Amino acid sequence: MTDALKIALGRRYRFAASHRLHSEKLSETENGRVYGKCNNPYGHGHNYVVEVNVSGKVDPATGMIVNLADLDGFVEREVIEAFDHKSLNQEVPVFRERVPTTENLCLEIFERLKRFPLAKLERVRVEETANNAFEYAGEEIQDHRAVQ
Amino acid sequence: MEGTGVPTGYPWRIERVAKKAMVYLTRKIDFSASHLYHNPALSAEENKRIFGKCNNPHGHGHNYTLEVTVAGEPDPVTGMVLDLKELKEILEREITQRMDHRFLNYEVPELKGQIPTCENIARVIWNLLEPRITQGRLHKVRLYETADLFAECYRNGASRT
Repeated sequence: MTDALKIALGRRYRFAASHRLHSEKLSETENGRVYGKCNNPYGHGHNYVVEVNVSGKVDPATGMIVNLADLDGFVEREVIEAFDHKSLNQEVPVFRERVPTTENLCLEIFERLKRFPLAKLERVRVEETANNAFEYAGEEIQDHRAVQ
Repeated sequence: MEGTGVPTGYPWRIERVAKKAMVYLTRKIDFSASHLYHNPALSAEENKRIFGKCNNPHGHGHNYTLEVTVAGEPDPVTGMVLDLKELKEILEREITQRMDHRFLNYEVPELKGQIPTCENIARVIWNLLEPRITQGRLHKVRLYETADLFAECYRNGASRT
């Protein structure tokens, strides 16, 4: 109970992009079985929502952790401009190697935003549709067997 | 034990039932209020540059949504972490009556001398609620200023629930 009070700011952004889920490591049949209609060779698209959560000290002069204009500008440059109205597979270099699932998209967005110099990135949440959401907070998975 | 249908590892079941489970419950309320951002220690130009249209001297308003999360063990008799009716009354008394349809800069004494940003309002709400929650403990407040902007307040080290 004596822990310091922490304050974080959450902001939601949107972009639209297309992707195709297809792994070079799998056969045609396996790709079809694993990814179903997401394996359609022509791809398909989503309206993605990215929720960015940052924490830091509230500046008493401004009442803010970070000026929203600075956060918006950084996310716009690093993520929205790179992904909006793009084909993730063909136009975002990391997805030439890696399947652009929303899990991987979430990790990539976290990597890009953790360089934000004005506040600490706490987590990234990506909503692929209103029914699917993915979150990453920079944590590594503990080996179950080791902590049993 | 044989023939009773109770598996031979029986004692582990008792242990499982007796284990204390931490449950998080969240209640949501809405209120509408006006505010403006202005720091009298800064020049008019600096205020304009930092706060932009939020610096309009006449103020502007939002529909705020507040989510309050309380953590605790369900009471073995009632099955509740805390009585939701009681939480509803606390929120009505401490937050709605204080902030709903108010001009936050002028009518909420707890915000005196502070810029009423989402961060600062969330912290004031935390400080108002924490001593009032006596069953379970206050885990997190999340205050939405718009659907795309919110501030959260929690104890360092609390889980991200």
